[in-house]
Amino acid sequence: MNRIAVEKKVLNENQVLAEQLRERYRQVGLLCVNLISAPGSGKTALLERTLERMDKTTRVAVLTGDLQTENDAKRLAKFGFPVKQITTGGTCHLDAKMIGKHLEGWKLEELDLLIVENVGNLVCPSSYDLGEDAKIVLLSTTEGEDKPLKYPSIFFKSELMLLTKVDLLPYVPFHVELARENARRVHPGMEIIDVSSTTGQGLDRWMDWLGARQEKAQAKPQSVTR
Amino acid sequence: MDRVRMHELGIATSILECVQAEAKRHPDGRITKVGVRIGELSGVDRDALQFGFEVLVKDTDWESLVLELEYVPRMQRCLKCACEFHMTDFDPRCPLCGEFGTQCISGEELDIAYMEVDG
Repeated sequence: MNRIAVEKKVLNENQVLAEQLRERYRQVGLLCVNLISAPGSGKTALLERTLERMDKTTRVAVLTGDLQTENDAKRLAKFGFPVKQITTGGTCHLDAKMIGKHLEGWKLEELDLLIVENVGNLVCPSSYDLGEDAKIVLLSTTEGEDKPLKYPSIFFKSELMLLTKVDLLPYVPFHVELARENARRVHPGMEIIDVSSTTGQGLDRWMDWLGARQEKAQAKPQSVTR
Repeated sequence: MDRVRMHELGIATSILECVQAEAKRHPDGRITKVGVRIGELSGVDRDALQFGFEVLVKDTDWESLVLELEYVPRMQRCLKCACEFHMTDFDPRCPLCGEFGTQCISGEELDIAYMEVDG
C-alpha cells in the first residue's frame, strides 16, 4: 500500500471557475455580491427596494436563483435593469458554473454591479464560491436569534449581515441584541445593518455600503498591476 | 456525471471525480482509500457525506473505495499572546489572557488530503 498526498480542495473545479469569474470582474471593475439567506428572509423584497433606489446611471444586473419558477425575475425586471432567473431544478445552491453560463450575453465591461440572489438556504450556498467580492447574509426578525449559532458557516463567511424586517420588532419576540451578539460570536467584528424593506428603515445605510464597495471595486483595476 | 442535488451528495461526487482523475495516473494500481479533511466551519455533515458516498459508489467499480473523514476543529490564535485554542460555544476570547482579538486559523477545510494506492 502506498499513500500519496493529494492536498486539493474537494470543490476545486468550482473554485477554479470562481477565481476566473473574480478575475473577469476585477478587470472591468465590477462589484459582485452574493445574497444568502433562509427562504422567506426577504432577499427579493430587499432587491426590489435596492433597484428602486438605485441611481439610474449605475449599471446593475441581477442573477436570481430558485429551484423553480421565474417569479423573482418577473418581480425584479420591472425596475428596468437586466435580470436573469437561474432555475436550478432542485439543486439547493448556485455554483460558479451556473453563474458563468448565465452571464453569457451580458457585457461585463458595461456593468458596475452584479447582484446574485442565491437559492434560499443557509447551508449549501456557504460552500460554493461564486467569484463574488462579498457574501451578504440576511437574517429576519421572524426567525430565531440563534440562527448564527445553528448555521455558523455562512455567518462566518459573510462580510455583512442585514437584519431584515425590523419593522416587525414590536410584534415579534425577537431579541435584537442577542441576534447581533450571536452573529459576532461566530464572526467577530462582522458588520450588521438593520433594514426594513417595508418602511425603508436602514436602506440608506445599505445603499451607502454598496456604493462604497462599488467605488473600491472600480478603483481596483487601475491600482493592481500584473 | 449528472448534477446531483443534495449538498453532501454533490460533494461526494466531487470527491469521487477527483479519485477517478487520480486513478488515471496510476494505471497499474488501485485506489483503495481517499482521505478528506472536513473543517468544523465547512458546513458539511460528516454522516450525510459518508452516507452519500456509500450510495454513490454502490454497485459500481468503486464500491470498495473507503472514504476516511478527518474532522478539523475550529482553532483560533490570540493576536496578543499567540495562544492557540479550540473555539467552543463560539466564544472567541483567548482562554489565557482574555483578549477578544483572536484569529481563525483552521476549521474551514474541505480538502482531499491523500489517497492510498494498492499495487
